[in-house]
Amino acid sequence: MSQFNYINEMNSLLTLDGPLTKGPTPRWQKKCMENSSSVNSTLNSSKQKSITSINASNSKTPNKCIDNDLVRTKKTPKTPKNKSTTPTPNKGAKTPNGADRFIPLRSAAHFELGNFKILHSNDTENLSPTSKEVQRTMYENLHGTDISSQRILSYQHKAPSAPEGFQNPRRVIYTQTKTPASAKSNSRYIPQAPDRILDAPDIIDDYYLNLVDWNASNILAVALGANIYLWNAGTGKIDQLMELSGSDYVCSVSWIQEGDYLAVGTSMGTVELWDCSQIKRLRIMDGHSARVGSLSWNSYILSSGCRSGQIIHHDVRQRNHNVLNVNGHSQEICGLKWSTDGKYLASGGNDNVLNIWPATSGNHTQTQPIYTLTSHQAAVKALAWCPWQPNILASGGGTADRHIRFWNCQTGTCVNAVDTKSQVCALLWSTTYKEIASGHGFANNQLIIWKYPSMVKVTELTGHTARVLHLAVSPDGSTILSAGADETLRLWKCFVKNPIKNKETSQLKGKTSLLKQSIR
Amino acid sequence: MAALKNKSAITVKGSAEIICEYLNFGTNSILFQRGIYPPEDFKNVENYGLQIYMSQNNKIKEFLSSTFCQLKDWLMKQVVNKVALIITNVKTREVMERWDFNVQYVGDVNNPDEKSDKPLKLIQNEIREVLKQIAASVAYLPLLDCLCSFDVQIYTKNDIDLPAEWADAQPADIKNAQCVKLRSFSTNIHKMETAVTYKNDD
Repeated sequence: MSQFNYINEMNSLLTLDGPLTKGPTPRWQKKCMENSSSVNSTLNSSKQKSITSINASNSKTPNKCIDNDLVRTKKTPKTPKNKSTTPTPNKGAKTPNGADRFIPLRSAAHFELGNFKILHSNDTENLSPTSKEVQRTMYENLHGTDISSQRILSYQHKAPSAPEGFQNPRRVIYTQTKTPASAKSNSRYIPQAPDRILDAPDIIDDYYLNLVDWNASNILAVALGANIYLWNAGTGKIDQLMELSGSDYVCSVSWIQEGDYLAVGTSMGTVELWDCSQIKRLRIMDGHSARVGSLSWNSYILSSGCRSGQIIHHDVRQRNHNVLNVNGHSQEICGLKWSTDGKYLASGGNDNVLNIWPATSGNHTQTQPIYTLTSHQAAVKALAWCPWQPNILASGGGTADRHIRFWNCQTGTCVNAVDTKSQVCALLWSTTYKEIASGHGFANNQLIIWKYPSMVKVTELTGHTARVLHLAVSPDGSTILSAGADETLRLWKCFVKNPIKNKETSQLKGKTSLLKQSIR
Repeated sequence: MAALKNKSAITVKGSAEIICEYLNFGTNSILFQRGIYPPEDFKNVENYGLQIYMSQNNKIKEFLSSTFCQLKDWLMKQVVNKVALIITNVKTREVMERWDFNVQYVGDVNNPDEKSDKPLKLIQNEIREVLKQIAASVAYLPLLDCLCSFDVQIYTKNDIDLPAEWADAQPADIKNAQCVKLRSFSTNIHKMETAVTYKNDD
């Protein structure tokens, strides 16, 4: 028992400064007790009880002396008993009572909160008057005004932001690209002189008429006064198609997209339909009160524009040909063009208005235009739809306007505009190159070929001694014909395909098709 | 003689009009040059011997006209310190760029009938130089590669009646800002200093 005396002594010594003499034993004590009990249990079991009871009541501090080799070998058997003797542990017992060291508990110390408090304690509201004063004078020195004597105001009805999906067009400036693709092919050779010159006696010098058209089977129809002549560009053969009597004259000619049917607008207000393979008139369609200066085909629908400002859509297959009359202009219609995909009809008039009409299922237009564009300051005669971008329309204005404008007909916006310094009588897109040709009047009576969309001049073709009234393109796209008021027709070989480039593209096409086959 | 002199003189009202006109052209030019709205929305207008792109969007036009109409009133009362054009990212609401137009009253502040005899031609030449600089700013300003909107904030004196449809706004500060001062011009009544502050990426 002497050993217990010793333990007791040690306990009393150690517990002198500790306030907890009663109460639950800390875990480390329990561990030690366990050990000691296990030691004792080897001797006899009756003693063990008394020891544990003593330990429990006095809350003994550990005693290292008790530790011996047997600790590890016999550990578990007695634990349930020990547990029953000690009350449920409370949290206060976590830290050792008797220790004189302070061990901080990191999880309990609110570091984030502390950090936040330190960093964000300088709220303006909590500032001392002196530091407020310092801040105010600093601001005054920096900005020249008092911080407190100023308000920031803004209008509440904010402007809208750009439409969703809009990308900053300035991106181009920041991206490093080589010279634009259009610049390199500028060196193409374009003959400055016309390939051929044909006489066109008595061609009417009238801006508002459309007297020339070239069809897919290489036949050019030209209206000269009261006559219409057909010139076969392949053979050079000339046929007279018709002649009007009296003082009447032909105001417009237009070939159907495929085949040999020619529509003819006259000064009487009638529209005639001719089969040119047989030189035979098929029908006369009336409905207009004044001369028909413009015609355009959309499949079986022939649209005609009149001096009265009225457009009539004729269904050439039907007995009652007059499908729809629409009024979009207050003055003579001089430009009328269906888009290449047949979705829109563009009409330009002497009232300086350009109308875009949407097509309906019957291939004619609705009664109201979707866009009425009034940007031109003069009559709009020259109209041309882009062959590779079906919703891009080019339009040219007369003497007072002199602009070529490009329209996106999906949005109705003007995409580009260029001042040509001269009346724009006709426009024609190239199907070979990304270029557009324009025919002009005073002062140079020239043709200009422009790069699209940069609108850089590729070349100017001069030769006409009076204004270029009409333009037409050959079916292969290589030659353009210009009809001038100087009674000449000039053929310009300005869109001839580059033979080397052609080979390359055809090879390329062959390769891609092979690739497609192999994928399948 | 006096009447002759007054003919070419600029009143306080006229000076405020010149300032507002400049701000209108400047703002439109910034909106176009910085690519905040599609270029199709803009129309070329010649002014001060320059081609300036003006927005044709009705809502933008309306916003600017009502803002500058009110501003003109305040300029005449000499309560405006600064006009700021704020360009913010629509998605993150982050301020991308700020154009400051600082106003100073150089003439006799207490005299409402003050007149300036600075020739209009000279003022317009000065304005033209600033507008040229604005157009040229594209060269050094970073690309606004996000959907952006703009706002106009007017810094006024404290003792002002808040008109209807106007409200207090929060100052728009830019993190890691870089500031470039442009030229200034003066009507001898108002002096206008222009500066652009933008976010420095590196």
